[in-house]
Amino acid sequence: MNSTRSLWARQYQRILVLSILLLIIIALSIFIGRYPKPFWMPIQLLLEDSMAQRLVWLLRMPRILTAALLGATLAVCGTVLQMIFRNPIVEPGFLGVSQGAAFGAAVAILWLGGGRLTIELSASLFALLGLAGSFILARTIKFGGWVLRLILSGIVVSALFSSGLGVLKYLADPLTQLQEITFWLLGGLWSVTWQDLMYVAPVVVVGLLIVYLMRWRLNVLALGQDTAFSLGAETTRERLIVLIAAVSATAVLTAVSGIVGWVGLIVPQIARQVFGPNGQFSVPGSMLIGAIFGVVSDNLARTLLAGEIPLGILTSFMGAMLFVVIINRSRIKLR
Amino acid sequence: MNHQAMIALKNIQFHYDPGKTILNDLSLSVQKGSITAILGPNGTGKTTLLHAILGLLAPQAGEIWIAGRNISAYKRSELSQVMSLVPQSEVVPFNFKVIEYVLLGRTPQLGFLDMPSEHDIELVRNTLEMLEVQLLEDRPVTELSGGEQQMVVLARALVQEPQVLLLDEPTSHLDLSNKGRLLKILQTLAQRGVTIVFSTHDPDAAAMIADHVILLKAGAVLDAGLITEVLTSEKLTQTYGTEVKVLPIEGRLVTLLINGRFGEKEKVS
Repeated sequence: MNSTRSLWARQYQRILVLSILLLIIIALSIFIGRYPKPFWMPIQLLLEDSMAQRLVWLLRMPRILTAALLGATLAVCGTVLQMIFRNPIVEPGFLGVSQGAAFGAAVAILWLGGGRLTIELSASLFALLGLAGSFILARTIKFGGWVLRLILSGIVVSALFSSGLGVLKYLADPLTQLQEITFWLLGGLWSVTWQDLMYVAPVVVVGLLIVYLMRWRLNVLALGQDTAFSLGAETTRERLIVLIAAVSATAVLTAVSGIVGWVGLIVPQIARQVFGPNGQFSVPGSMLIGAIFGVVSDNLARTLLAGEIPLGILTSFMGAMLFVVIINRSRIKLR
Repeated sequence: MNHQAMIALKNIQFHYDPGKTILNDLSLSVQKGSITAILGPNGTGKTTLLHAILGLLAPQAGEIWIAGRNISAYKRSELSQVMSLVPQSEVVPFNFKVIEYVLLGRTPQLGFLDMPSEHDIELVRNTLEMLEVQLLEDRPVTELSGGEQQMVVLARALVQEPQVLLLDEPTSHLDLSNKGRLLKILQTLAQRGVTIVFSTHDPDAAAMIADHVILLKAGAVLDAGLITEVLTSEKLTQTYGTEVKVLPIEGRLVTLLINGRFGEKEKVS
């Protein structure tokens, strides 16, 4: 066994175990649901019943895959932000993305007819606009380091969008539009189709791939500016590349799912506990754990009750509970 | 100015804000394999000077030559294969294991998307052994003592295999024995041909190993040259603006702060 293998033997094993676990969970999830009766569909039925086949192929499959992608993306985006901002409690909503998406969705519901594809397009457009706005504003701030300026402008952009959202909610028809906006904000994957998945997949796959390829480089970018420079990193450009890759993937997925909180904060913490902070393993590790978290949460969301539980409520609840466990078990360094 | 020197600075002018000059018409040259101490009071531009040599800060005027080549002719990755830096305080944000952190020093030798190989890990282990900190390999960097951490940061800079090693106040957080150990290692490295430039506000650290001293005051070179010529009572008194006496003790120059009243506490600087 060579020495890179032996140094990180445990990490390689854990990646393998989690990959297998994810595949098993995805396979099982096909049979989880409320047809023909709550919680479990006999395997036999999938072979015989054409209704079951169509349900699995048209509804459950795209939804399960989207949940996996959503979980993986939110988690890895959190890992990227936490490493680049050198701060363990940053999450993907930080750069105006979530609030931008929410505002975009509300605009579509209020003025653009509220068609599904329209909402998604408008939400991803405004999410990316939130990201761009944060970057542009950060460049105009005259004091502080790059990280501080980005965080400050992210807060400002988020606040602008959320006050805009407030105005839209105020203007919305309380019997129809306001309900729809509120429901969208709770987050969920109830009507995801293959078409939705195909529409987001290119951006998401490319984004995740870029982050994955830069997983070692991320370690260098997490060091101080002078050290990263002395190691030959083009710090500003490289941080920009990996940030845009991660946050764009998050933005287009948020457009489909609505606001799904806490995954991007909690999963990177868990991944670092399991794999250590080295991006070589914490990046693929957070993707896998995030995907599992996403699929399991969405399974619960669609089966627990006869009606759907919004995914965002479940992830927030589970995330907050897990966070309590983690902060009591370990020392998260805050500066 | 000799462009064949390992490091040559020519009429460097640097400021963060116009009107507040940090480095003023600064020229110096450093020979290959020498140990040079940049000595001066706090806030006199020592770190700025090191960052300028590193290429992190671009001076508004003047030229910097590294190994006979203008610094602007280097690509970022090439420069990092020539020079490495031990910053004054390295804050490692997450609990990287020592070996993983030191491996980051191999980055300049790796391609943009490469992962470290067996060879890199061997090299890191050998370097940790050379610095006598191989037992720390699996410890989190964040849990090391000040002395241990400085050795680990030095290891990270050394696995870069630099021709020029820049250190910013390398001894300021170390106790006496760790200080001695670190300076001894720097001396060994210089004998192997590594050019060493370190900043310090402590004349004794300079006196222990440096062949050359650059006295810096208010961003300008007050004097530069062989340590025996530069480290004198008059010049240090002028540099620090307080009366200092330089005495030869046990074959070495030792500085004494005359402005007494500190009694036994020997506070030098």
